[in-house]
Amino acid sequence: MSLRVRMVVLAVGLLGLAAMLVAAFRKLPGFGGSWHPYGQRAVETALGRHTSNVIASINFDQRAFDTMGEQAILFGAVLGTVVILRTTRDERRVEPEPARVPAPLRRYALAVLPVTLLTGLYVVAHGQVSPGGGFQGGVVAATALHLLYIAVDYRALQRVRSVPLFTLADAAGEAGYPLLGLGVLMTGASFLENVLPYGTLGTLSSGGTVPVLNAAIGLEVAAAVVVLLAQFLDQAIVIESEDGEQGAGSVGDGDGRRGEGGAA
Amino acid sequence: MSILPYLVAGWLFLAGCYGLATSRNLIHAVGSLAVCQASTYVLLLAVGYRRGGTAPVFSDIRPGSRPVVDPVVQALTLTDVVVGATLTALLLALVVQVSKRHGTVDPDELRELRG
Amino acid sequence: MADDLPIVLALLLVTVAGTATVLTRDPVRQVFALAGLGLALALLFAVLQAPDVALSQLAVGTALTPLMVLLSVRKVRRKARSERREEHE
Repeated sequence: MSLRVRMVVLAVGLLGLAAMLVAAFRKLPGFGGSWHPYGQRAVETALGRHTSNVIASINFDQRAFDTMGEQAILFGAVLGTVVILRTTRDERRVEPEPARVPAPLRRYALAVLPVTLLTGLYVVAHGQVSPGGGFQGGVVAATALHLLYIAVDYRALQRVRSVPLFTLADAAGEAGYPLLGLGVLMTGASFLENVLPYGTLGTLSSGGTVPVLNAAIGLEVAAAVVVLLAQFLDQAIVIESEDGEQGAGSVGDGDGRRGEGGAA
Repeated sequence: MSILPYLVAGWLFLAGCYGLATSRNLIHAVGSLAVCQASTYVLLLAVGYRRGGTAPVFSDIRPGSRPVVDPVVQALTLTDVVVGATLTALLLALVVQVSKRHGTVDPDELRELRG
Repeated sequence: MADDLPIVLALLLVTVAGTATVLTRDPVRQVFALAGLGLALALLFAVLQAPDVALSQLAVGTALTPLMVLLSVRKVRRKARSERREEHE
């Protein structure tokens, strides 16, 4: 197919899709309307179960089974990435040279690291009370660890970040979620039902099983992000092919510290 | 106004598709796919918005004192944002692998390679 | 209508950022457009009263995804550069 024919096919397809989308959008309830039957029932149920963050109640209680599917996708994607990006036989690992970091940058990054880590853990822990939860806090906590790469160098990050350990933590979070569901079965309730005492609305110990499942997700997401970034950092910095690819600290690659621009 | 947010979602989806189809670099294609993903978030949250409503979190407001926006679509979007990022990682891993095996990330050159 | 002004502005920002992301053909520049889109989306979600989603979009869209794309670009460029050098030799 020539480029021209391809562009014509694409244009026809996009225009057709656009027409159908606009036709569908006209039938949707208008933006900002007050008719939200499911939302209203979800809010009532969440308050009935003493969970002040309705979204956490939906994710980890009312639709907990759905979230189990989501976290399985997450786990599968991480597993796939680890398998695809493993060091193959025709590759070798070249450990990067220690890097020199400007003192102000080092001080700033080292000061911010514990604050970011704490923020991440706080966001995970308060998922049932205020905006946040395992999904968001997990990502924040995991990226906090990588400030070490900016503050010191890749070797320091490698020393703290044991990939097998974090892979294990990822699997533990992934397995913990359905295991908690099975544990609930033991009590005679149905799978993933909220069986714990609901507690007092607006306190840390509210929401029954919500904080427990939330913690499992927090563990899984944090470990998953660490493992994922480890794969990509290894590929970009440490791993190179046997056939003539130049070393990490070589000319033209900078000093092996490029590529972390977005981490701050 | 009543369908403007939906139109924005539709536009993002079509723009992402256009980028995917005309991309000369697989990494650019993954970035375009991220724009498609973003369109679904915009659509879901736009459906759930309620004029004058506040966030469905009762840590600092009394239940029943104010109308809240629809929390169901927010819960769906929330999980999708994080799970979508790991899927982006999987696609990028595939791109890195393609570049290792074939030495190029241009879809057109890859098609020629296969013959 | 005046109440909706922040939402309209955020929607415009998202539209512009999304279009720019697609039209930026150079992957490295696209990373910055992508991070901008993440930021615009987080802003839109905040004015749409979705703080949970805004929080996760902020963490994922402005830090995690652009970082992974950037690292992939670096890997792919290194690979391409070393092969080109082999051809020249």
